[in-house]
Amino acid sequence: MAKSWKEWEKPVLELEDTIKKMKSLVDAEPDPVRRKELADRVADYERRRDAYLQTRYSRLGPWEQVLIARAEPRPYTLDYINALFNDFVELQGDRKFGADHAIVGGPALFEDQPVMVVGHQKGRTIQERTQRNFAMAKPEGYRKAIRLFEMAERFAMPVITFVDTPAADPGVESESRGISEAIAASMLAMFELTVPVLSVVIGEGGSGGAIGIAVANRVFMQEHAVYSVIPPEGCAAILWRAPEKGAQAAAALQLTSDSALRFGLVDQILPEPFGGAHRDPSEAAKTIREVLRAGLAEFGAMSPEARKAQRAARFRSMGEVLAASNS
Amino acid sequence: MPFRRAAPSPGAFVQCANCRKTLFAAEFQANLKVCPHCGHHHRLLWDERVNLVFDEGSFTETDAELRSADPLGFPDYAEKHAQAMERTGLSDSVINGTASLQGQKVSISVSDFSFMGGSMGSVAGEKITRALERGVSERMPVIIFCASGGARMQEGLLSLMQMAKTTAAVESCRSNGIPYIAVFTDPTMAGVLASYASIADVIISEPKALIGFAGARVSKQAGVGKVPDDFQTAEFLLKSGMLDRIVERRNLRSTLASLCRMLGGHLMTEAPRG
Ligand SMILES: [Zn+2]
Repeated sequence: MAKSWKEWEKPVLELEDTIKKMKSLVDAEPDPVRRKELADRVADYERRRDAYLQTRYSRLGPWEQVLIARAEPRPYTLDYINALFNDFVELQGDRKFGADHAIVGGPALFEDQPVMVVGHQKGRTIQERTQRNFAMAKPEGYRKAIRLFEMAERFAMPVITFVDTPAADPGVESESRGISEAIAASMLAMFELTVPVLSVVIGEGGSGGAIGIAVANRVFMQEHAVYSVIPPEGCAAILWRAPEKGAQAAAALQLTSDSALRFGLVDQILPEPFGGAHRDPSEAAKTIREVLRAGLAEFGAMSPEARKAQRAARFRSMGEVLAASNS
Repeated sequence: MPFRRAAPSPGAFVQCANCRKTLFAAEFQANLKVCPHCGHHHRLLWDERVNLVFDEGSFTETDAELRSADPLGFPDYAEKHAQAMERTGLSDSVINGTASLQGQKVSISVSDFSFMGGSMGSVAGEKITRALERGVSERMPVIIFCASGGARMQEGLLSLMQMAKTTAAVESCRSNGIPYIAVFTDPTMAGVLASYASIADVIISEPKALIGFAGARVSKQAGVGKVPDDFQTAEFLLKSGMLDRIVERRNLRSTLASLCRMLGGHLMTEAPRG
């Protein structure tokens, strides 16, 4: 069982190293014929790298999807906010207890339209990870989200959320300040909205912490994101008392984007550049931009009542039940 | 009612799960499974709960036809589920129905922890949703008795979505003037606590019930500060402002009846719909 996405990217990194060295040779080569020869070889190496990425990433197993969803160079919420919106003004206060940097949010312009953006935010440096609590939001984070959702409703701004959290914060403090109530209240607040709501699962859709801000009219999921009722390691710990069997649990839980789509729990998979969103963040952002534009147009044309009803009906239909004939 | 369990044979003994004292089974049963020595509230089966709270013979089961699927083909799920059905005589962890409470009609949902830890998969989520919707369509208060370890992981993301689905049904009660009361019993955890349970108009708990978002071990590992002795108990939640009242079992019926009469008073006087 792989421990990091870097394991299968090793051949790529080696190829890229070679490509880089050869490119400097190309630049230094005075003889045009020799230069052309070298350039062709660089192109060949690049083709080989792309072919490897394409085949490798088209057959990632569920556990590998988990690792890539957690990969640290993967674009995070603020990366997409910077790429997709203008004039983002982060609003930090929950007006109740404190600032939680595991969830960020505020008004922004999407193609000149004012919207309210809310998302989980991971950190890349040790410092930032600590400050953002690994994107595990406390009650304050969800209460800030609620405040922003309600403000969006007052000012008729569509809501766009980005989902990327391993889980909500499970600590003693969060428990004493009502993390469960905060998550439930956030879902409730989203069901009350009459403005359009669109959600994009961009990394880890980790259980209650994720659904807490994912009650949308339309839910998009990036190809290599995962969405799960429980972290695979936690599932393995409960079922087999063996957290190291995370890979097995990941397979059993069917937490990949194609499974979520097959069960009708997300509406659309957003294809990622070969090798994952981090290989070409602007291309990944472009795909998100297109679905957001389409979603805002579609739900913008609906009546407020119809938007609220569509959202409730979307979730009402979820679940697989059979009916016994003899009762 | 679909089935009845056998009464304990006279002369049999049980042991209190808390103070370990030996009790007469018949006496224990007559005392609503509350230990006469230490007051420990032992878990009730769903029908014991119904008999304790509602008017005699008033319960009619609904939504009994719903059966679990195994949408993920999850390892051992079908077998575990079949065994739970066999052992408990239930079809899943939640039983729905209508009943009357001191004459007032109510829509109810009762979780039974003995069925796969009361976990919420598609069937439980659908039943909770229907109980809340029935309150709206038939204009009566809704009472839900929670007893659950959380979402049922064997149904994967479908179980997580039940959190949102049940929340939507609570929203419908709220916007239609239907009172919804949640009763937390031991234990009320995780995905159930973080959805329909925590957004009731009134939240009542039985004493000492275990209530929490994460498993206690996970919470304590994650925290840096001191863990209070009563962490994740009803008493801890009451202090934290997450509960409205702790009510002893013998007072549950009268408390619920008062609340339904007052919060649902407008339903008794409004003109019939339709
Ligand atoms: Zn006792």
